[in-house]
Amino acid sequence: MTPDGRSVLIILPAWNEADGLSAVLGEIKQQLPYVDTLVVDDGSSDRTAEVAAAAGSAVARLSFNLGVGGAMRLGYRYAREHGYDVAVQVDADGQHDPSYVPALLAHLGEADLVIGARFCGEGEYKVRGPRRWAMQLLSAIVSRIARTRLSDTTSGFRACNRPLIEFFARWYPVEYLGDTVESLVAAARCGFAVRQVPVAMRARTTGRPSASPVKAMIYLVRAGLVLLLAVIRRMPKELRELAPGSPAYAAYLEELLARRQLAAEG
Amino acid sequence: MQLSTLTSITGIVVLAYILELLRRQQLREKYAAIWLCIGLVVAPLGFFPSLLDSTARSVGVASGVSLVLFAGFVLVLLVSLHLSWEASRLEAKTRTLAEDVALIRSQLAESATPSGGGEVR
Repeated sequence: MTPDGRSVLIILPAWNEADGLSAVLGEIKQQLPYVDTLVVDDGSSDRTAEVAAAAGSAVARLSFNLGVGGAMRLGYRYAREHGYDVAVQVDADGQHDPSYVPALLAHLGEADLVIGARFCGEGEYKVRGPRRWAMQLLSAIVSRIARTRLSDTTSGFRACNRPLIEFFARWYPVEYLGDTVESLVAAARCGFAVRQVPVAMRARTTGRPSASPVKAMIYLVRAGLVLLLAVIRRMPKELRELAPGSPAYAAYLEELLARRQLAAEG
Repeated sequence: MQLSTLTSITGIVVLAYILELLRRQQLREKYAAIWLCIGLVVAPLGFFPSLLDSTARSVGVASGVSLVLFAGFVLVLLVSLHLSWEASRLEAKTRTLAEDVALIRSQLAESATPSGGGEVR
């Protein structure tokens, strides 16, 4: 429970992260003692699941690798089954600093989805050359769709409220860039409010984003295709019925208000 | 009726059907990319079947229509090969899933009867 009475689950999709995972979980436990964690072991071949369990986290093991999107839908389904108010997605490789989680939570009052974004002044994360242009183009288009300035659409550091947990538990794309860009565009197109919060990201322990122009070109083409699909795809009716303006969302707001009054009286 | 009427209508219908499947989220991205490309190539060829005549002659085929026929056959062969490959992968995954469910059942049975040695009913 947070100080204001919300239950928070941090979901960490992890694929072969046994080396750094216990440090990441330890840091979360130390800085955010009020949250629960769920490590989704995405078909790892190393001891990821054992390390997570030893660090005191809940663990869900997938039988084989599904990719971040597949791991995240399992995470959101877990959050829904256990009735969490807020779900936060954090990478298991340690590049996301858990001390920014309270900032994400604070902005959930005004938005349904809060994204921790690089390139907003905070931190020293730099990408140069064609890949940077591709990312800038991507964020310009997505910002228009979401009707808010989004400088980092591919960030995997994000928090969402209960209606979006329900939404993502039913629908979460498993494709390349689907877990970040497409899920963001789909939520925005259905009417959910999106905001970004500047965060600093740390160096990843494994892998580096490439600066080769050919790879940047491929990235741009794939991102364009994902964006095209995200824009032309029709969302099923039962998903649109979860968005702001629907009876389901109104019921959620009412419950939130009642709980706040109860907390204020008690 | 002219040949180009038949082929152009077919090209448009195929492209429209691919787009509708994409819109309804019935095709995944990896298949979507292939089929969109095929659709975008097939549709203009339907309107102008003679478009490939010069290309056909340069690779030693008498007419563009024959080249399309040949290319279409090779394409269908490759697509069906790809589907066989995907089906094999899916079977391997289903097998793993079935094994996992069986293991979970036996674990559940063991935890339900601590003394009994993992009977599965």
